[in-house]
Amino acid sequence: MNGNLSVLGRAMRTGQARLGLVLLSVVGFVVLFGHFLMPYAPDTIVGQPLADPDGSFLLGTDILGRDVLSRLLDGGLTLSWMAVLAAGLGVFLGCLVGLTAAYRGGAVDAVLMRAMDVLLSFPEIIFVLLFVSMLGRSTLLTSVLVGIAFMPGVSRVLRGAALPVVASEYVLWARANGLPPRQVLLREVLPGVTSPLMVETGMRLVWAVAAIASLSYLGFGIAPPAADWGLMVGENQDGLSVAPLPVLAPITLILMMALGGNLVAESVARTVGRTEGKR
Amino acid sequence: MIEEVTQEVQVSGVTVTIDGTGHDIVQDIGFALGRGEVMGVVGESGSGKSTLALALLGFARPGATITGGRVVVDGVDLLALPEGRLRRARGRKVAYVPQDPATALNPSLSLATQLTEGLGVPRREALPRVKQLLVDVGLPGDDAFLKRRPRQLSGGQQQRVAIAMAIAAGPRLIVLDEPTTGLDVSTQARVLEMVRSLCRSRDMAAIYVSHDLAVVADVADYVTVMYGGEVVESGSDRDVLVRSGHPYTRALLAAVPSATHRHQLVPIRGRAPGADEARQGCVFAPRCDHAVDACSVTRPLLTPGPSGTSVRCLRMDEVARTSRAVSRAPSARVVGGGEEVFSVAGLNAGYGGRQVLFDVSFSLPRGECLALVGESGSGKTTLSRCLVGLHEEQEGVLTFSGAAIGRTRGKEVQRQVQYIFQNPYGSLNPRRTVGRSLAVPLQHYFGLTARQAESRVHEALERVEIPARLASRHPADLSGGQRQRVAIARALVCDPAVLVCDEVTSALDVSVQASVVELLRSLLSDGLSMVFVTHNLAVVRSIADTTVVLNQGRVVESGVTDSVLGNPTHPYTQSLMAATLEVPEATGR
Repeated sequence: MNGNLSVLGRAMRTGQARLGLVLLSVVGFVVLFGHFLMPYAPDTIVGQPLADPDGSFLLGTDILGRDVLSRLLDGGLTLSWMAVLAAGLGVFLGCLVGLTAAYRGGAVDAVLMRAMDVLLSFPEIIFVLLFVSMLGRSTLLTSVLVGIAFMPGVSRVLRGAALPVVASEYVLWARANGLPPRQVLLREVLPGVTSPLMVETGMRLVWAVAAIASLSYLGFGIAPPAADWGLMVGENQDGLSVAPLPVLAPITLILMMALGGNLVAESVARTVGRTEGKR
Repeated sequence: MIEEVTQEVQVSGVTVTIDGTGHDIVQDIGFALGRGEVMGVVGESGSGKSTLALALLGFARPGATITGGRVVVDGVDLLALPEGRLRRARGRKVAYVPQDPATALNPSLSLATQLTEGLGVPRREALPRVKQLLVDVGLPGDDAFLKRRPRQLSGGQQQRVAIAMAIAAGPRLIVLDEPTTGLDVSTQARVLEMVRSLCRSRDMAAIYVSHDLAVVADVADYVTVMYGGEVVESGSDRDVLVRSGHPYTRALLAAVPSATHRHQLVPIRGRAPGADEARQGCVFAPRCDHAVDACSVTRPLLTPGPSGTSVRCLRMDEVARTSRAVSRAPSARVVGGGEEVFSVAGLNAGYGGRQVLFDVSFSLPRGECLALVGESGSGKTTLSRCLVGLHEEQEGVLTFSGAAIGRTRGKEVQRQVQYIFQNPYGSLNPRRTVGRSLAVPLQHYFGLTARQAESRVHEALERVEIPARLASRHPADLSGGQRQRVAIARALVCDPAVLVCDEVTSALDVSVQASVVELLRSLLSDGLSMVFVTHNLAVVRSIADTTVVLNQGRVVESGVTDSVLGNPTHPYTQSLMAATLEVPEATGR
């Protein structure tokens, strides 16, 4: 029997999680295969600005006269890999810091967690903007910065989850027998926190999408003329009263992605909460 | 029986069923109890005794329902009352004292508030009554004490307050669910004395649920023995414990260690039935030495047996004819003379600057078992952690095989001094199979691959009597006793010289404790040396060659076990021995 898989399986049987999965697969399909289905190149002007939808432009054109559908189909890929990179980096670093703090305790714990508190006191967006305005705009830099901004939150959660595991007798046994710390952390402690780790990864992925889309909207994420959902909202908001679609369509996709991810993560979290006590 | 009509408490046919499967957790429980009498309900974990305790208040845990029976207290059938009246009857007719007083009391309310809120009268009128109550349960009844909060009290005081709360509204029946299990022996003795005198002075019936036969023997007038959700034997205190007629009661008694003499502990073979198993015939038949074919088909009824108790057994006449011989273990193991394998000299240790161990010294000869005895707060767990190098703040000299060892010790010392934890549920990684848990030390110390380790793992499991097929299971699939055996096996694969056992049997049932003690005893005969940390003097008597008594972090007495426990010289040891309860039969009557 495998505890983690059975938790996932049970979570997926809830209606909430299924709705989330459907939303995520629709968005996922657009992100992965959209590039091959575009009717026009996403960054060339092909018609009148802010044209209404018709036979040749299914969702109309944007404020510069580019095809909204093509930009929508192309605009998710960059956002997605950035979000995956940011969330992955945030969870990895947070895990490293949180588990080390819980395992070592004492002064190491205090220093690490106070450092995290200092980081946590910067709002994510401000933190990223600070470095982007100093170092210049780059997609890689933005995702790394978002990942670092996630680190304190993740490390707090994982430290909390790891504390009872570190105090448990099987970890004490490993320490008393002088097993190397890296092995104790990887083989004894980490498996004990996989459930909160999964939930955290899911949530951070969703938050990364939101954060990067907001940065693009503010003009600090993905640079024009590249197609991107967050950027599209920013570019087209002046034409909102004339043509709402160029703004609403990307917002809908971002919303579906965030909501879907949230629903799945939430139901995994609840299933974990219900079942954890029984093990 | 005619006299039952006048009895204060009459319980009959109480059955609690699991909703989903329809299996019964407890089945057809019945007994009667007069004013001021105490009924002891004895059973091991899973016997349904806590479910019964709650059912007596008309309560079933979520997922289970009381499907039948009557609980008549003072002429009122509680189970027939509608919910609203039942709620009012709780506290006035019947009250409950849970096992853990820390969870029964609200940590953020003062005692005055907690004790007055249930009385339903204005606080000014209630306070004098509450003060009297506190005096009744042996606590100071002054204002300063009433202002305290639960966590400013000791465990024994908390339990007294919980009992005071339960009796505040003057119930006719009080149900106590293992109220002294978490307490030290001396505190336990005082609480039991208080319960007895309360019942007598208030003419109140009590049902005392416990797994501890000695405690029940001490407090109860009548004893009901439960197994697998059924009453298997019931009768007066003496009759059940001395002239027991049911094979299970007898087996249980044979598994109980005694603090006054050393005898062979006989474990009960097999495993207790789960609440969720369908069953047929006698519930104890699969583990019974007297069972015949008919036992697995016909369910016996509870009928008066030859020994004066009511017994649920088809073969009670045959059982009554066999004698209950207690085989004495030869206590004459070679003591002394062995070379010293481990010793401690002038050990001081503390937590965060507060010193908990003062100048502790002792030495352990090869092949012997040394018991460290003490109540909670005596520093015995700190001491055992110092021995295996898990404690930071310590100074003093530890010697192993003639060489001094510091807190950072070499791999060879780590391998040879193995530690076994108190809690069998936490000592194995729940995400790893038993076999792989045992392979970890083999990889670490001997550099074996998982494949090479396999035969050694099976050998070690065999040694602790765990079937090799369980190697592929996770700890969650094992019982507490099996997990503790696996933890011992994990120490054994390291090929150790010294085992440090920290309260290894305290979380286990007596029948399981017996098998673990016997296992450890057989390891001693294999030449292993052992430090056995415990609060249980009876277990000490059955295993230890020498005994060190700790009080408040200091060694107050040490020496050969038989003389320390037989003729204690220090007042503390004497008081411990005096507070330790015995099952009457085991005193050699």
